Amino acid sequence: MPQELAYLKESASQTAGPYVHIGLAPGAAGFDIYRQELGHDITGPNAKGQRIRVEGRVIDGMGAPIKDVLLEVWQANAEGHYAHPEGGGPVEDGFRGWGRVISDFDTGEWSFETVKPGTTRGRNVGTQAPHLNFWIVARGINIGLNTRMYFGDEDTANKADPVLNLIEWTHRRATLIAKRSEKGGLPTYRFDIQLQGENETVFFDV
Amino acid sequence: MTRPGEFYQRDRSIQPPAFTPGYKTSVARSPRYSMISLQNSVSEITGPRFGHNDIDAGDNDLLTNYAKAGESPIGERIILHGRVLDENARPVPNTLVEIWQANAGGRYRHKKDTYLAPIDPNFGGCGRTLTDENGYFFFRTVKPGAYPWRNMVNNWRPAHIHVSVFGLGFVQRLITQCYFEGDPLIPICPIVQTIPDAEAIEQLIAKLDLNATVPLDSIAYKFDIVLRGRRSTLFENRLEGN
Repeated sequence: MPQELAYLKESASQTAGPYVHIGLAPGAAGFDIYRQELGHDITGPNAKGQRIRVEGRVIDGMGAPIKDVLLEVWQANAEGHYAHPEGGGPVEDGFRGWGRVISDFDTGEWSFETVKPGTTRGRNVGTQAPHLNFWIVARGINIGLNTRMYFGDEDTANKADPVLNLIEWTHRRATLIAKRSEKGGLPTYRFDIQLQGENETVFFDV
Repeated sequence: MTRPGEFYQRDRSIQPPAFTPGYKTSVARSPRYSMISLQNSVSEITGPRFGHNDIDAGDNDLLTNYAKAGESPIGERIILHGRVLDENARPVPNTLVEIWQANAGGRYRHKKDTYLAPIDPNFGGCGRTLTDENGYFFFRTVKPGAYPWRNMVNNWRPAHIHVSVFGLGFVQRLITQCYFEGDPLIPICPIVQTIPDAEAIEQLIAKLDLNATVPLDSIAYKFDIVLRGRRSTLFENRLEGN
């Protein structure tokens, strides 16, 4: 028998379940326990760049909005730097670039405010168009789903983006591009995520 | 020129697929097209970091973090401890671990939980901590109760604690559940059964750890969590990590 490789195996994922809020957003579960809940402030007070609002729903295969979904967002700052030692450069003091948002229990709508990220370096050469990275968990989702949101007003950058261009079915690229409107003085991007069906959102095996 | 190391690709053969009809809620919530495989860019190898300013020292003690002064939650007092490691068996230090669970009667403190077992006035049901430099973490809590849920008419969840872990890159992000050695509900649970690999299920079962108990106080269970591993820094002219 050949030698064994000494690698461990990744722990298996299990659904976050309907009561994920207790652990990750206890205020929404109906009680107050921590000094501060994490993920409410994505940018901190010193972030430069265009402030924006992002909103949407996660929609199931029956066409119904998911009312117990939790999303996490991970993004670069306006200069295209992630708040990480390998993130491409410095970020503003207090900028974390990570947020956590839950849907409304009655409507399934979710929204958050942040700054529009800049272009980031590509894996090999070139740059990636501005985008938000999403990770989605809920009851009935066995393993967190990864996707990206791109910006509808970045047509030139989107056309050159190496990840969007990986998607062989060109019409499916549109599922990742959020439409811009104005609401309450803020540019607002609408990103509805379809889990199934004709317009199923593109998800990534990262 | 150096590039940051990428994470090993996820071994999907030990992970639950999206569509698992035995767990009915997954049917309408599972994508049907193939995921697009994406080699790591800067967006994937980076991820949020947390520090001791983000949380408080007592957040990992569920026996006291919601109890009235001088009171305790009802139930079997346990210590849940272990390490966060990666697939290379290296500890993952300073990473955020968050847990949530039902109380000893199997009831969650959540406005959507209507199970008839009572809320425990001294139990919130959530905790969080950062791993130390060796990837080690621990919580004090009560052992959660089993409870019924609507799937088939008569399904019961084994006692479990939900666990959320970050790691060092956003693609290591993981939510799982910790089960307890010896529970007869584990093999018949439709949510456990979404995992297609018997060893992967075993890996989610915390083992009684008598050496870590506090005599005359709390029993202990050991639960290690493994996140995806990472290649060493890649060089342009080398295909393999070292």
